[in-house]
Amino acid sequence: MSDASSTSEDDIPDHLVAHFTSRIGHNSADLIEGETGSWEIVIGMEVHAQVISESKLFSGASTEFGGAPNSHVSLVDAAMPGMLPVLNIAAVRQAVRTGLGLEAQINLRSVFDRKNYFYPDLPQGYQISQFSDPIVGEGRVTVDLADGESFEVGIVRIHLEQDAGKSIHDRHPTRTYIDLNRSGVALMEIVSKPDIRSGEEAAAYLAKLRSILRYLGTCDGNMQEGSMRADVNVSVRRPGEDLGTRCEIKNVNSLRSVREAVDYEARRQIEILEEGGEIDQETRLFDADRGETRSMRSKEEAHDYRYFPDPDLLPVEIDQAFVDEIKASLPELPDAKAQRFAADFGLNAYDAGVLVAERETSEFYEAVVDPDGAKRDPKIAANWLTGDFFRRLNADDLEIADSPVSAAQLGGLLDLIADGTISGKIAKDVFDEMFDTGKDAGDIVEAKGLKQISDSGEISAIVDQIIADNPDQADEYRGGNAKVAGWFTGQVMKATQGKANPQLVNELLKRKLGG
Amino acid sequence: MALDTDTVRRIARLARIHVDDGELAPLADELNNILGWIEQLDEVDTEGVAPMTSVVEMVQRLRADEVNDGDLQEDVLANAPDPADGFFTVPKVVE
Repeated sequence: MSDASSTSEDDIPDHLVAHFTSRIGHNSADLIEGETGSWEIVIGMEVHAQVISESKLFSGASTEFGGAPNSHVSLVDAAMPGMLPVLNIAAVRQAVRTGLGLEAQINLRSVFDRKNYFYPDLPQGYQISQFSDPIVGEGRVTVDLADGESFEVGIVRIHLEQDAGKSIHDRHPTRTYIDLNRSGVALMEIVSKPDIRSGEEAAAYLAKLRSILRYLGTCDGNMQEGSMRADVNVSVRRPGEDLGTRCEIKNVNSLRSVREAVDYEARRQIEILEEGGEIDQETRLFDADRGETRSMRSKEEAHDYRYFPDPDLLPVEIDQAFVDEIKASLPELPDAKAQRFAADFGLNAYDAGVLVAERETSEFYEAVVDPDGAKRDPKIAANWLTGDFFRRLNADDLEIADSPVSAAQLGGLLDLIADGTISGKIAKDVFDEMFDTGKDAGDIVEAKGLKQISDSGEISAIVDQIIADNPDQADEYRGGNAKVAGWFTGQVMKATQGKANPQLVNELLKRKLGG
Repeated sequence: MALDTDTVRRIARLARIHVDDGELAPLADELNNILGWIEQLDEVDTEGVAPMTSVVEMVQRLRADEVNDGDLQEDVLANAPDPADGFFTVPKVVE
């Protein structure tokens, strides 16, 4: 393989060569200033996503995470001589479903190949994968950034392959322990074009991909358990020039690590180039504790994989009706849902993006705003959900499905604010109590006497009393110090335990003090 | 196409097969003979003939997604030289 440039790899079929970027131009904010001028980072990613299925890609053993070591293993997964792989239809269906979700071409004929290398957690001595004829071809993902901008990342291909087993290095001083429970579980490898330009964009791409896969129900996206992990290809170049030599950072398993690994690796490469050095094309490992990448020398020879069609497996042929049936069952995906939220509820792109990122959140939001046509204010609902509600979920480390406050209960609280029963400030306290006890907002307001005082006679009397008790401050106000007004409001709120209608308080203060 | 001894050494290494230096040249000759026989196939005119992936004319059969195998820890580990606590063990692999 040529190490001069990733654009001249003669020994690999055209459609597998990584892939000219379709992204033209650059955002100057993404350029990195070096000692000798600016540099552009170019990133392509290979994301390994574990397919949601009951059984493995080629055997009837369970895919369940955990379990006693080597218990979810058939003789096929353990590569006993004479065992033959039989393809799981669910894996094929999930790969097609994922392809459709990424607007990709579905290949009705695909072929499984053997990728040959030796590693203790790969009992066959080869991984069954797809090389020249993957099940899914070119597609695309639209990625949203925090500033409301978005960009497109081209998908080169998705292929199906077997996961390896797990090596455990810390159970024994001189031995590595091997558990094959994960061996043979179906993975989708989703290969992007080099259309990504910063660590931030790389993390945003991975987050968007995760969101789409979770909507589709094809991967649970659990990065901690390793259901989703990324190989990140990083190179740098002068803006507008040909692609530089890339390094591949293996098995990055969190959004934060992706961002940090890219930033570190780009700085490392720029430093080498600016000192007149050359980049070695190599595989590197990201050390999340130290925030740096380092060379994996042991993998260098492994690049000669000697792919050939697996003689144990025939070509996979599916028909268009099979694809159409899957297409008809696709859910509304995040982009379409965000557009609908913006159009129907008047939300800005950022809020809509936050609310649709997780399917469960979007469904919860819709249940708050629009239960059986009883429409609530969509912006106030969005603010509550992304504000206090998310804050409590995070603080208590809960998923939205486990929330002690249901969508109907949160709606009930919003109704009490809307009709003036309680103030927005009191509502925050009520919400916290709802979260702690699971009670309805109305019951808490009733039991604790938190109803807002909107009786102007009652507030008027309190205002009069406070003015009479504090003649100095009253004089200051009349003398033109408007800041004292806030102090008076505070005193009235204190006297009413925060229950006075704040608008009414301000009106009365103005009238009585302004004379 | 002719293999030289360096290529043979590399292939052996990739396959984790130990070959003594003295055996490389005779092995290269043997492999070149085999490749020569295979190259004779190039004399057949295959213009317009689709590549054959199997001797049987059928497509891949698919399996229903059911868990009906596994729970064989003892059998799986039966031939392993040094199992421990239900794991295979190998000399330490350090990255």
